[in-house]
Amino acid sequence: MSTLTSNPSASDQKKRLVSSGALQQILAFASLIILVIFFSIASENFLQWSNIEGILLSTTVIGILALGTTFVIITGGIDLSIGTGMTLTSVMTGVFIVFLGLPVLVGIIGGIVTGALIGFISGFSVSILRIPPFIATLAMMMIAEGLSLVISGASPIYFSDVEGFNNIALGSIFPGAIPNAVVIFFIMVLIGWILLSKTIVGRYTFSIGSNEEATRLSGINVKKWKMIIYTIAGCFTGVAGVIMASRLNSAQPALGMGYELEAIAAVVIGGTSLSGGKGSLIGTMIGALIMSVLTNGLRIMSIPQEWQTVVIGFVILLAVYFDMLRKKDS
Amino acid sequence: MSNKILEMQNINKSFPGVKALSDVQLDLHRGEVLALIGENGAGKSTLMKILTGIYQKDEGSIIYDGKEIAPSNTKEAQELGINIIHQELNLMPDLTVAENIFIGREPRDKLKFFLKNKELNQQADELFQKLNITLNPRTKISKLTVAKQQMVEIAKALSFNAKILIMDEPTAALTDKEINTLFDIITWLKNEGVAIIYISHRMEELKRISDRITVMRDGEYVATLPTETTEIRQVVSLMVGREVTIEQKVSDPNKFTDTVLEVNHLTNHYIKDVSFHLKKGEILGFAGLVGAGRTEVARAIFGADPFSGEIKVNGKTVTIKQPVDAVKHGIGYLSEDRKRFGLMLEMTVKENIIISSLANYSTAAFVKPTNIKTDAEEYARRLKVKTPSVNQRVKLLSGGNQQKIVIAKWLLKDCDILIFDEPTRGIDVGAKQEIYDLLEMLANQGKSIIMISSELTEILRLSDRIMVMNEGRVTGELLNQDANQENIMELATQHN
Repeated sequence: MSTLTSNPSASDQKKRLVSSGALQQILAFASLIILVIFFSIASENFLQWSNIEGILLSTTVIGILALGTTFVIITGGIDLSIGTGMTLTSVMTGVFIVFLGLPVLVGIIGGIVTGALIGFISGFSVSILRIPPFIATLAMMMIAEGLSLVISGASPIYFSDVEGFNNIALGSIFPGAIPNAVVIFFIMVLIGWILLSKTIVGRYTFSIGSNEEATRLSGINVKKWKMIIYTIAGCFTGVAGVIMASRLNSAQPALGMGYELEAIAAVVIGGTSLSGGKGSLIGTMIGALIMSVLTNGLRIMSIPQEWQTVVIGFVILLAVYFDMLRKKDS
Repeated sequence: MSNKILEMQNINKSFPGVKALSDVQLDLHRGEVLALIGENGAGKSTLMKILTGIYQKDEGSIIYDGKEIAPSNTKEAQELGINIIHQELNLMPDLTVAENIFIGREPRDKLKFFLKNKELNQQADELFQKLNITLNPRTKISKLTVAKQQMVEIAKALSFNAKILIMDEPTAALTDKEINTLFDIITWLKNEGVAIIYISHRMEELKRISDRITVMRDGEYVATLPTETTEIRQVVSLMVGREVTIEQKVSDPNKFTDTVLEVNHLTNHYIKDVSFHLKKGEILGFAGLVGAGRTEVARAIFGADPFSGEIKVNGKTVTIKQPVDAVKHGIGYLSEDRKRFGLMLEMTVKENIIISSLANYSTAAFVKPTNIKTDAEEYARRLKVKTPSVNQRVKLLSGGNQQKIVIAKWLLKDCDILIFDEPTRGIDVGAKQEIYDLLEMLANQGKSIIMISSELTEILRLSDRIMVMNEGRVTGELLNQDANQENIMELATQHN
C-alpha cells in the first residue's frame, strides 16, 4: 500500500517561508519596529506617551476600515466604497441622533446598519449582477459621496448638543489611560480575527479567494457568501464612521474620499495579497500602524506633508513588489 | 445485486452548431477499471461531464445502481457516489488538506457558525488511516506535490463514499514512482468495489491497469474490448478509424536544401531536449495531442517563454530573449488563440496589418497614413481577405479572414519563418481550404513554415516532414511518405 511521507528539503522550507506570506508579515512587523526605533532616535518627542496615544488614535479609523476590507481583498475583490461609505454612516448617525433626536445608542446602531447596507449593495452588485468589484464599488463610492452631501445639505452635522457623544471615541473607560477609540480598534481586531480564523465565514473567504471555481464546484453557494462578506466589511465601515463622527464631534459630509486607498494600502503593507487567498488581520493591524507611525514620525521630524505622502507612496510600491515576488514564487 | 453499477445508453448531446455525442453507450462493473479512450474531441470529456452533472444530456438514459438518474450538478452526483478527478485539480491551494476535503461539510458548533478545527483534522486523519495514506491534514495544498494533491482529491472523493471514480489523465503530471503509487491505490480501490473510469492517452498504462477498454471517436461509441486479449495497435486503429480516407501530400524530400532554422536541445519547464531543423520552402508539421508541448516549443522559439538550448537562423546562432528578437530574425508566430494573442479586435484591418511594421511608416513619432493604406490594401488583396475596406474593424470579419490578417501582418514584416499554431482552429470548412492553399503558396514562394496541428488529416495533407511530440519531448520524425494516422498516433501516445 502507498505511503506518502513528507520530507521537505531545506530549500523547500525556505521557499515555503517566502510563499506562505509569513515572510511579509514578519517583514511588516520588523519594519514597524525599525521605524519606531528610528523615529525615537531621531526625535526625543516620539516616544512620549501623548505622541504614542496620538499615533494609536490616528490609526483607529483607517485601521478599522482596513480590517473590514481585508475580508473583501482575501476573496480576490476590492472595495473602493469604504471611504465615502464611512462618511455616509457618519452622516446617518447624525441624522438619527441630531435630526431625529433618537437615543445615542440607536444612532450608533443606525450608523453601523447603514454601513452594512452599503456593503450588502456592493456585494449584491458583485455577486448577483456580476459587476467587477472595482467598478461596482467605484459606483458605490460615488453614490455614498453624493448621498452624504444630499442628506446633510452639504454642511456638517454637529453633535455639540449631544452629551457624551464625543466620549465614544475620545473618552476613556479606563480613566486617564487609552482613549476608547483605540480600545474599540483592538476589539474590532479581535472580532475580525475570530471571524476570519474561527468561523465558517473566514473559511469561505479564503476558499473563494484561493479558487472560486473549485469552491463553487464543492457545492458552496459562492454568491451568498460573497454578499455576506461584503456586508461584514460594511459593518466595519459603519463602526469606523461612528468613531469618525465622535472624534470630530460632527459628521463631515465632504470628508472620507481617499480613506479607502489608505485602508487598502494598510492591507497590502500588512501582507494580504491583492490576488486573493492569502492574508491576515494581524498583518492589516500592523500595516495600519506602519502608516500612522510613518506619518507621525515624519511630521515630528518636520518633514513637509507633501513629502510624507511621497514616502508613503514608495512604501506601498515596496509592499506590492513583495506581493508580486510572492506570487511569482508560488 | 447486479454486478453492473452503471449503464449509459443512447446518450445524445448537442451544443450550438455541433453534435458532441450521438447514441453513445457505456457500461461499468463494480470493482473494475474501464479505460475510456479516443482522440481529442472524441467526446470522452463531454460524456463524463454528463455523468457528473456538469452538463445535462439531451437524450438517453443513465442507470446507476439499478435506478435511472439525471444529476443536475456536481454536488448531486457526488452525493450519489459519482466523483470525478479532473486533470486540472480542483483544490483551493491556500487551504489545508483537511479544509479542502471537508469544504462545505466542515464540523461546526451548534450554531453552525464556529468551526471545530480539531475535529476536522481528526476526521481527515481517520480517513487517511482507512485509506492507508500518509498525509498531514494541516499542510497547505500549495505545499504539496501534484501527486499528493491527487491523493487529496482521491481521499475527498472517497469521503463521499464514492462508488464510481472518474480519473481524467491522472498520470499526466506524475513521475514513474508516483504512478506506481497511484496504481497501488487504484488496485486497492478496485478491491473495495469502487468502479473506475480511467481516461488516458498512454496505451501501455491502459494495458497495465485497465480491465476493459471503451473506444470513442467523433462523438460516437466505437467498441469495448477486454484489455487482456487486445493489442495496442488494434486500439489505435479503432481510435483513428480506418474508413477515413484522406488526401496526403506527395512531397519530395530532396527538394529542400538550405536549412533556415536549426533548434538544438531546447529545454524549459514544459519541454525537454527538443531538436529539429527547418528547410527553406518546407512545411514542417508538428503533431501530437493537446498538451504535448508543441505550442510551448513555438513560444520558446518566438521568445515568449524562457528556455535553454541553441537556435540558429540561416546557420548563425542567435539570441532570442523576447518576441522582439525573434521578429528581428524574421520569425513570425501565429497563435492558436488569435483573438487573444494575434489581433486587436477593436482596431481596423489596416491597423492590424501594419502594427508590427509601424516603425517603417513613421518619421520620428509621426505615422504617415498614406503608405499605410496602400500597403495594407495590397496585402489584403494578395491574401484575398474579404472585407469591404481596410478600415473595417477586425472584430466584424470571419475567423478565416481574421487568420489571413495575422498572416498579412507577418508577411509585411518580412518574416521568412512562420510558425502557425492550429491555423484552422475555429475556421469553417470552406475557409480551411483557403488557408491550406495560402500555406502552400507561401511555401512555394520560399517561406519556411512550422505548422502545429491537432488534426492528423491537416498534418498529412500539408506537411513535407512531420515531428511528433508527447509530454514535452520529440518522440519521432517522419517523412510524409512514411507517415500515416496510425504511426503518428502511436508516436503521439508513446510514453518515455
